[in-house]
Amino acid sequence: MILIDTLAQGLLLGGLYALFAAGLSLVFGIMRLVNLAHGDLIILGAYLILTLTTLTGLHPFLSVLLAAPLMFALGWLLQTHLLNRVLGTDILPPLLVTFGLSVVIQNGLLEAFTADSRKLSAGSIEAQSLDLGIVTLGVMPLLTFASAVAVVFALNLLFYRTALGRAFRATSDDATTAQLMGIRPQRIFAMATGIALVVATIAALYLGTRANFDPSIGPARLLYAFEAVIIGGLGSLWGTLAGGIVIGMAQAIGASINPEWQILSGHVAFVLVLLIRPRGLFPRAND
Amino acid sequence: MTLSRNLGLGLAFLALALMYALPAIAPRAIVQDLFGILTLLVLAMNWNMLAGFAGLVSVGQQAFVGIGAYAMFAAIILLGLDPLLGVLIGGLAAAAFSIPMAFFAFRLNGAYFAIGTWVVADIARLAISQWKALGGGTGTSLPKGTARDMAFVDQIKEMLDVSSAAAADALTYWLMLTLAVAMLAASYLFLRSRMGLGLQAIRDNENAARSVGVDPVKLKALVFLLTAFGTGLCGALAFIQITRVTPDAAFSVIDWTAFVIFITVIGGIGTLPGPIVGVVVFYALQRALADYGTIYLIVLGCLGIAVMLFARRGLWGLFTDRTGIDLLPLTHRPPQPAARHPKAPRAA
Amino acid sequence: MTALLSIAGLTAHYGDFQALFGVDLTLDQGQTIAIIGANGAGKTTLMRAITGVARVTAGTVTLDGEDITRHPAPDILTRGIAMVPEGRRLFPSLTVEENLMIGAHARTGNGFWTLDRVQALFPILKDRRHNPGTALSGGQQQMVAIGRALMSNPRVLLCDELSLGLAPVVIKEIYAAFPQIKDSGTSIIVVEQDIGQALRVADHVHCMMEGRITLSGRPADLSRDAIHDAYFGVSHA
Repeated sequence: MILIDTLAQGLLLGGLYALFAAGLSLVFGIMRLVNLAHGDLIILGAYLILTLTTLTGLHPFLSVLLAAPLMFALGWLLQTHLLNRVLGTDILPPLLVTFGLSVVIQNGLLEAFTADSRKLSAGSIEAQSLDLGIVTLGVMPLLTFASAVAVVFALNLLFYRTALGRAFRATSDDATTAQLMGIRPQRIFAMATGIALVVATIAALYLGTRANFDPSIGPARLLYAFEAVIIGGLGSLWGTLAGGIVIGMAQAIGASINPEWQILSGHVAFVLVLLIRPRGLFPRAND
Repeated sequence: MTLSRNLGLGLAFLALALMYALPAIAPRAIVQDLFGILTLLVLAMNWNMLAGFAGLVSVGQQAFVGIGAYAMFAAIILLGLDPLLGVLIGGLAAAAFSIPMAFFAFRLNGAYFAIGTWVVADIARLAISQWKALGGGTGTSLPKGTARDMAFVDQIKEMLDVSSAAAADALTYWLMLTLAVAMLAASYLFLRSRMGLGLQAIRDNENAARSVGVDPVKLKALVFLLTAFGTGLCGALAFIQITRVTPDAAFSVIDWTAFVIFITVIGGIGTLPGPIVGVVVFYALQRALADYGTIYLIVLGCLGIAVMLFARRGLWGLFTDRTGIDLLPLTHRPPQPAARHPKAPRAA
Repeated sequence: MTALLSIAGLTAHYGDFQALFGVDLTLDQGQTIAIIGANGAGKTTLMRAITGVARVTAGTVTLDGEDITRHPAPDILTRGIAMVPEGRRLFPSLTVEENLMIGAHARTGNGFWTLDRVQALFPILKDRRHNPGTALSGGQQQMVAIGRALMSNPRVLLCDELSLGLAPVVIKEIYAAFPQIKDSGTSIIVVEQDIGQALRVADHVHCMMEGRITLSGRPADLSRDAIHDAYFGVSHA
């Protein structure tokens, strides 16, 4: 009984981690870029939603609609003016630039918003839960999980059913030949990072309504997200969802034994999966 | 060019002698400040070897600092050993930890290696938080007077005619300075050795290096192990000064890895003098912006990004490009041919 | 009459090597020319220089009176030069049909070539449309690569080493599509090592050696010996 409850909580938590990870997975799949600032960008998104909520008095769920295009623009600009300049065969420059970005964002938020914990208030929905007979699940965690599935589904549609997705895949396969098709890789990359930050904004909404946040918690979210991406197999979006669930469940099980073991259990699960399957659960064939 | 190089090396030796004499002539606060700078320098030199020469971009160096510090604390508190022996144990413990860490992290390629090392460091932090004998999550302090009772402190006290605390500071300072010098010398000799040249060949072209018989994995693993040892020693020594250890402080990614990365990148990654230049810039920045809270971190981050965009080999790289002076050249100069003949035109 | 595509004094590098030394070439509307030469003669670099992939260090490329030298590759495609690259370079993550569709990525207006017409030209591509592009045989992959280039409705089609690694019967099948491509109004440059095939398809042949054009002429006017000499670099006494 308790085990089922724990697993259900873990599953739903995994949805949140999958949301953290989906943007990262997309960007890695298209341009092999590892963005170490992704966690901080999610936190930035949370503060943006908070600010918009405060300014307009809108519900956070509506503020997201305002925040998402702003974050898309930010992603576009970041990619065009910063990241495109350092992409290449040498992995060091993009790593160090995004690491620098992480520190800049973190401390910029600290200057702007202080180190105080903040929270997005979703209202009465936060307290509601659904009794499913064997387990009772909170509406917010359920919504988080449903959003994660929807985001992964939508990204897959985009990736495999649209002209833009076709261009994403072609550029990822062979950027030089893609240019012969009239594709401008730098624009494709800017688009991808923009979309990744829109997903990050959705992640920020659930992060902010679920628990307190402050400027320093980005790197920990980055680690969970990466664990999900790597466990899932690089470039596979459904794999990323599965990876998020593995981490979420491991954390829930660990926490049910000893609350101090929550994060540790997630990390250990990550290490174990990688020792057994070095390429993750669902590796893409042509990587 | 040789003249300016000799002049530069002469100045460097003079500065080094001055630094060794410092505890005898300067106030304690300056010695303590310099100790902090030297700590970052040693960490930066280790990270530079890893990322700049072996191509291993680790974001998990805080694991070795933390394990070095905790092993040293355990040696003192649980085993009653001398702190200096504790420092050595700290280094060895970090090196020992690097073996399973490498076993795991080396499965991850390139950028994913960075995250893998970061996760392992976080595992180490969380695991050590469970070590109740050393205070668990809240940490513990060195017993009162530990530093004073260290070996050699009495002799130094008499020699310099200072308090025990100042003598302990002087001792840890000298050790850190020696560690820095040893690290620099060892890096220089290693990089000019056959193995070191192999390492640089791997960095430039892994497949080509493999084809001439260099085993990249073995060499990289060796560098990983040795820098873990250096980082562990440095961490242990640093925490004798700090006297109190907590998992969050000992495994801080900002203090022990982020600063170190920026120092190396700004100074010049993949160059030997780079970390030295970087640490000077870092210290100057920290001083100049001390009154503005975390602004210096923002400036540091922006500087790091700017270096990657506009001058990938950092300030030192800019300097050598402009002046042609390289104090610690790593390349063997090819013998110059006596005279160049224009290629004879091929007969038709 | 001004040429559709004219190349003057083109110099380009392949990595650090200079691969082209002042190449002059013109292609008239509706014309098909062939460039032949041994490996390393600079043929592929010439194609890459025209399409904006290789670094041009001197000289000009002019399309329909407009200087397009050193324009970025996507820009050159939208101006009407498409390439079938050496080695076909299909996108492994895309199906056959998607590989064709991606050719029309930058297309704005209408033109003769549509997915239906390309599939009619090479019917096998319709049958195999859901297969991954790279699951096809070499000849079929070559058809995809040609179809993909046609999907942009180019004014100039560059074909680099179409017959490389293919059986003679397959090569014949592929070249059988050329009359239809010509009829659609597309001008063509083929790069070939197969001299016989080049002479059959082209109105005009240029022979390249060591980065220079060493022999030019209409197929009928070129003797076997002259081509042979130009190809292998044997000098006339």
